[in-house]
Amino acid sequence: MTQLIDIFASIGLWSAVLRIATPLILGTLGALLCERSGVLNLGIEGIMTFGAMIGWLSVYHGADLWTGLLIAAIAGGLFGVLHSFLTVTLGLSQHVSGLGVTLFASSFSYYVFRMVVPVANTPPTIVPFQPLDIPVLSSLPFFGPAFFTQTAPTYLAIIIALLLAYIIFRTPMGLAIRMTGENPHAAEAQGVNPMVIRYGAVIAGSALMGAGGAFLTLAAFDSFFPTMMQGRGWICIALVVFASWRPGRALFGALLFAFFEAFQLRMQTMLGGAVPYQLFLMTPYILSIVALALMARRARVPQALMQPYRRGER
Amino acid sequence: MRFERREHRPLSLLILTPLIAVVSALAISGILIALAGAPVLEAYWRILAGAFGSRLAVSETLTRATPLILTGLAAAVAFRARLWNIGAEGQLYLGALAVAAAGSMLLGGLPGIVQIPLLLVTGAVAGMLFMLIPLWLRLRFSVDEVVTSLLLNFVAVLIVSMLIDGVLKDPMAFGWPQSYPVADDALLPKLIARSRLHIGFGIAIVLSIVIYFIQSRTVFGMQSRAAGLNPPGAVFAGVPLGRTLLKVACLSGGLAGLAGAIEVLGVKGYVTTDLSPGFGYAGIVVAMLANLNPIVVVLTALFTATMFVGADGMSRSMGIPTYIADVTVALSLLTMLVGLFHSQYRIRR
Repeated sequence: MTQLIDIFASIGLWSAVLRIATPLILGTLGALLCERSGVLNLGIEGIMTFGAMIGWLSVYHGADLWTGLLIAAIAGGLFGVLHSFLTVTLGLSQHVSGLGVTLFASSFSYYVFRMVVPVANTPPTIVPFQPLDIPVLSSLPFFGPAFFTQTAPTYLAIIIALLLAYIIFRTPMGLAIRMTGENPHAAEAQGVNPMVIRYGAVIAGSALMGAGGAFLTLAAFDSFFPTMMQGRGWICIALVVFASWRPGRALFGALLFAFFEAFQLRMQTMLGGAVPYQLFLMTPYILSIVALALMARRARVPQALMQPYRRGER
Repeated sequence: MRFERREHRPLSLLILTPLIAVVSALAISGILIALAGAPVLEAYWRILAGAFGSRLAVSETLTRATPLILTGLAAAVAFRARLWNIGAEGQLYLGALAVAAAGSMLLGGLPGIVQIPLLLVTGAVAGMLFMLIPLWLRLRFSVDEVVTSLLLNFVAVLIVSMLIDGVLKDPMAFGWPQSYPVADDALLPKLIARSRLHIGFGIAIVLSIVIYFIQSRTVFGMQSRAAGLNPPGAVFAGVPLGRTLLKVACLSGGLAGLAGAIEVLGVKGYVTTDLSPGFGYAGIVVAMLANLNPIVVVLTALFTATMFVGADGMSRSMGIPTYIADVTVALSLLTMLVGLFHSQYRIRR
């Protein structure tokens, strides 16, 4: 019991929560933006992998960290163009197109990575983002080192979550996005072009996914290796449902999820040996499934999600 | 520019679409090979030679195609009913695990002729049961089965990892995490002597024909197609939707579990966490390239296996990452999607 209290009282746990949450926040917001406009983007797993790879590779070849992050976001956006072409212009099955984008983006990342970086026992590393102390707040006892000495992209991710909530619920553009996701025919009647909105939302959302992937290689770790994404993208898709398509709740969901993750990592060392470590590694996936089962019926799904829009066709 | 739905699909287009899709995917991959600084045509020539150049190469390609046919069928039967089972990878692993456990602990003493069918059924049942989880979540909680079946893939590999590190760990494996081997009697007979090709390949082909007949000649085949095309319409016409989906899920999960069982009994003899280099995911491409036709699945699985086996040899001699095979296969899924669109719509100005 005292050991449990020790875990909760440790600064390491709480600072890990924000670090683990960052890629999930960005990925979930990206998926949420796509889905609000009516497009399910299952390309997320591959797009995040590609972002992680290209961001790392750019920095490895001399770009600075922010440029690396930007390149990852742009690359994500390009995959967004591909996904929108398949699902919006051609109106193909969003499930299959998304899986196709994931398969292509992840195998393409591995190919490019292997082409440039030959096989080695220890993968090459870069100098990642360093913690950034927020003046005044970071000198608070306990809370300072736990919450206010994160890397810059973490703060950025939280700001983006709040900004996205504002855009979606408080601006005309947000209204147009929501309307396209609910009823594209009505949106068109109001003078909104659903095609343009969907393209925009999917490209911007995919850019967020790319940046989320890049956080892993540019801040959380310092190297790239295939299979590092470990289903984080799929967890983001589950978090969107858990968040009931609201950015604020997505932020909360990602933090809650990251808390469980950080907690199980510490339980793993505490109970090391007594319980197989694989049981702990399973928890994120099982938690996501449980969250889906709890929320799927209660959540308000955008009504036109997964329905292609073809002008003049019902 | 606008799209107009085709009144009827010309047969030539249906046959040409996958071919054009594959050729365009190969062309795009060619650019990537050129970027890696290798002569493109020679690379493709070496892929072909690596996959079909010798008796051994051919048998290796057919061996690799076997699990791909089965996972391709698993995806094809599920997708036809719009049941998005993306969990073939996990079902394959659970099938393999069940076979390794039953083969090494329970049934090891039985003669091969009894043991092999029992083990194959065990594997299929394990895959089936694992597929019932996402199905139950969909029917009971209306959770999209895509995400749950995907997430369960990770769980399945971790279950395998846990057991081959624990109760099933073979102490004779020099510390490597791998399961006890199944008995020698349980290994599938070879089709060609001194190669790895086993009768699993024959089983896969027979199953693809059987499934073709189930889909085109039985009530269940018609019901599963109706459930996919228009669920409310199907219910109105008297199709028991839940029960149909249950049967489809069992068939799909069973095929994927069988793929795992056959990999263990035909090739490895034991289970590890790298048993499958993504057979489950590649099965989705195999099914889509075949336009969900079970007979064509055999051909598209052969194409996929050719890429994987051929790229192994080509990569060693030309210094191009083997991932080129995965890239080409994924690209052919994307080009096939565009092709399918073209076979359904015509472009009008």
